[in-house]
Amino acid sequence: MDLLNTNLLSVITFLPLVGMLLVLATPADQTKLIKWGSIAFSLIPLALSIVAWVGYDQARGGYQYVESFEWFPQINSVYKVGVDGISLPLVVLTCFLTPLAMIFSLSIEKNPKAYFALFLLLQTTILGVFVALDLIVFFLFYEVSLVPMYFLISQWGGANRRYASFKFILYTMFASLGMLLAIQVIGLASKSFDITYLETELGRPFTGNNQVNYFGWDPTVWKAIAFIAFSIAFALKIPIWPLHTWLPDAHTEAPTGGSMMLAGVLLKLGGYGFFRLVMPLFPDVFSQPVLPDLSVFGAPFTYGVLLALLAFLSILLGAFAAWGQNDFKRLVAYSSINHMGFVSLGIASAAAALAPNATVREIDATIAGSGAVLQMVTHGLSSAAMFALVGVVYERAHTRDLTKYGGLWTIMPIYGAVLIFCAMGSLGLPGLSGFVSEFMVTRGAWSVHTLLTILSMAGLLITGIYILKAIQKVLHGPLGEEWRHHPLPDMNFAEILGIAPLMGAMLVLGVWPALALNVINVGVQGLLR
Amino acid sequence: MTNLPVLTLIMLVPLLGALVILLIPREREDAIKTVAATASFISLLLSLVVFLSYDRQAGGFQFREKTTWIPEFGIGYHVGVDGFSAPLLVLTGIVMFSAVLVSWRSAERPREYFAFLLLLVAGVFGSFMALDIFLLLIFYELVLFPVYVLIAGWGSKRREYAAMKLTIYLFVGSLVAIIGLLVLYFQAGRSFDWFELQAGIRSLPPEQSVQLQRTWFLPVFVGFGVLASLWPLHNWSPDGYAAAPTAVSMLHGGVLKATGAYCGLRIGIQLMPEGAKFWMPVIVFLCMAGLIYAALIAFRQTDLKYIIGFSSVSHLGLVLLGLAALNELGFNGAGLELFAGGVMTGLMFALVGMIYERAHIRDVTQLSGLARTMPLAAVGFVIGSLTLMGMPGLPGFPAELQIFMGLWQASTTPSAMFSGATNGWYAVVVVASVIVIVINAAWTLRVAARIYFSEPQHPELQSLPPLDALEKTAIVLMCATLIIVGVLPNTVMSVVSAGVQAIVKGLTAAG
Repeated sequence: MDLLNTNLLSVITFLPLVGMLLVLATPADQTKLIKWGSIAFSLIPLALSIVAWVGYDQARGGYQYVESFEWFPQINSVYKVGVDGISLPLVVLTCFLTPLAMIFSLSIEKNPKAYFALFLLLQTTILGVFVALDLIVFFLFYEVSLVPMYFLISQWGGANRRYASFKFILYTMFASLGMLLAIQVIGLASKSFDITYLETELGRPFTGNNQVNYFGWDPTVWKAIAFIAFSIAFALKIPIWPLHTWLPDAHTEAPTGGSMMLAGVLLKLGGYGFFRLVMPLFPDVFSQPVLPDLSVFGAPFTYGVLLALLAFLSILLGAFAAWGQNDFKRLVAYSSINHMGFVSLGIASAAAALAPNATVREIDATIAGSGAVLQMVTHGLSSAAMFALVGVVYERAHTRDLTKYGGLWTIMPIYGAVLIFCAMGSLGLPGLSGFVSEFMVTRGAWSVHTLLTILSMAGLLITGIYILKAIQKVLHGPLGEEWRHHPLPDMNFAEILGIAPLMGAMLVLGVWPALALNVINVGVQGLLR
Repeated sequence: MTNLPVLTLIMLVPLLGALVILLIPREREDAIKTVAATASFISLLLSLVVFLSYDRQAGGFQFREKTTWIPEFGIGYHVGVDGFSAPLLVLTGIVMFSAVLVSWRSAERPREYFAFLLLLVAGVFGSFMALDIFLLLIFYELVLFPVYVLIAGWGSKRREYAAMKLTIYLFVGSLVAIIGLLVLYFQAGRSFDWFELQAGIRSLPPEQSVQLQRTWFLPVFVGFGVLASLWPLHNWSPDGYAAAPTAVSMLHGGVLKATGAYCGLRIGIQLMPEGAKFWMPVIVFLCMAGLIYAALIAFRQTDLKYIIGFSSVSHLGLVLLGLAALNELGFNGAGLELFAGGVMTGLMFALVGMIYERAHIRDVTQLSGLARTMPLAAVGFVIGSLTLMGMPGLPGFPAELQIFMGLWQASTTPSAMFSGATNGWYAVVVVASVIVIVINAAWTLRVAARIYFSEPQHPELQSLPPLDALEKTAIVLMCATLIIVGVLPNTVMSVVSAGVQAIVKGLTAAG
């Protein structure tokens, strides 16, 4: 028990790995034991993460539950973990979504042992990213998370899984290459990979004593290159237009549980990367013009403006693409691009306050930043719910074609009610959590990137359109031909058990956002200072 | 324990094992195989003992044994290991033991086969521990003969051609190195002892010493580099491995090439640092070209053994890049990459061998759905592939990380060892090499997906016999090594860095 006092985060992170070993030790024919055992086991990290949440000292803020072990001394890399107000909610989200995604994987028939083992491994790797406070440890977990996801898609996915999984892992690895190179350079120049050190004045990479001038280029050029390298890696993950093209295929082809984790948590690794690494390590680059003397509408075209522009395009184009879909799952996949665009907008707005001579009010930047973190949480909930519901109807109808559905409300009333609730959560209906986060982002971004925020709200209009389209095509109208004589069964107990916590969380955070925001705010304020 | 000549034992046990086997009647196959397995297991255990009891605080050469042999020519029997070579002993032990397990069922004429295999590994062990150049050359050449016989006698198609090509390349390479070494011998004190040779070269008048080193570094390094498949002299490797029987491919790709790289460091760089400083940019260029070339070719290949063969060219290219950085980080990375890449190559060749013994197919396009009949092999192939592509959590990552950081550092910081010029373009090499990682990722994933995880398209493959217990043991042994070292790199790095620190200290004092 003392281990919990001193190493709570490591226990939370590696407990799923222990679960994986237990699953591997179970005989393959004990499928019920494997499935329900995994679900039950994954409740333990959830309980511990709530313990961590409750025990987080909001008055003190900063990194807590910090652990540090010698690991790779030859390059000054230490196994260091800790959470602050930004990563703790994401840890809880991961632990919350994993058992639910497993519940929606109960119908896996092919080799469930391998499936659930990979799932638990996936949970460990994702948690590792959120708790890591050393660049090498961060990168390690970041890359390793690709492996179980790749196998989950390629072995249990849809018809196009080979292509989708391949594209997913190669695109992400390629985008991370620049980040790897930047990490190597940072480690050499600052002689440390410790994020808590690199955030400080003394340790900040590419400034002061930590500048590099390979090829004799100006050090500020290298700072910009490293900034871009990190940003590309995370921008692909969030994803930000135009680096999003891996997502529709990966999400669509993944099995239901895989999609829930992919959209619910894996995408957040990108947004989290911006908060944890890009903003603290390169605070002033956001206010640097991309090219000298380049200005748009009188204001210099900075990296922050570029990010906001791409965020707006993600919001708008993601929404349009979702509107045009006839594949239910692909529609939800594009909705992820649409919603995560708000995270990017929030990041761009919050980052504007980081520069030393920023004119942005701190209150606006804090609201935008907190909104972005909250949006990561709320989108995690709503996208997981939507993918779960897509899976429910796909399992019964064996099609994702929206034109073949129709009138399902009459034969699946419970499903209909649940779908409307979750779809409204995705749409951002006030009273549900999606509204709070999107409102905060737009409120905070308003004074920073006014024009782009106005345009993004047009994207919200399209969001409403595609959500309502989905509801209309699935639930309303005349009952589809094929279901007249083969009625589809309504949601069963396990599925309701899985979706109810998501609905509950969306409602609770919608009417009482302070529950999450108190902690998030502490983190964002600490970042912006 | 310190009195026991552990190192000599490590080398002698396989040698004695070979002799014992030759005395056993041909029909007693199980007895023969048991002797082979026991001999390799004993060597593995002893090498682990050496590795674990290596004094990390002290560093430098330990477990030294020295006796006079032919003093008239300055030849002595002198062996020892430092932090760089101790892991290589363990590597040899692991790969050899696994090779014996994997060949248990399939070796024809096992008496001669395992005798030559044990002779081969005795030579390899000897090469890693020899501290007398003459002794080292004896062991080095001792390896060539069994390799030729094993490939020519037990290989698959085109074996005579492959065996001949391999042996001629390696022999000529070693001749070139020997010429350079003889020059050093005559000029620097007529002693073959490594320490005395090093002192002799240093005690020469500076201009003569620099001239000597600059002239003869390249022949020696490249001569040994042929064995390490330095591009473009790597040509023997793909054909050789493709034709060789499984155990030989495992040992050759994983361990023998390591000997070439090791000698490049021990004899090339450490004895002739001025020459190293002068010529390394050329080596760096060749390594980078080789890395890219090998990765691209492996992408297009359809013969599994050629694919793995080119991947071992790739991994040795990384090792040589690490050595070429001429700094502590680079040497550290090279040491770990030798160990990790060696186990990885051994694992991959073992897996290919398991497929080939059963199906007699090496063509990727004719294989599918093998994960159903050999699931553990599928997992092993994934772990090997992930190591090759430098996935964190496996040892390829920390090794490559240090190599690349060493090159970054070498591009701006004059090496502490040599107050020489920096080579700014090394930074480009890093970027290019990192891109190679993704290329490797692409083709290994494609191969794995196709042969193991695809839907079975060849029904006859589904009725192949499953893996037996010995093969599974070998896979588990190699995979466990990779995972442990990958997650806890300090297990190997603590030893390697102790050795490297001593090497760097020695070179800084001189240069």
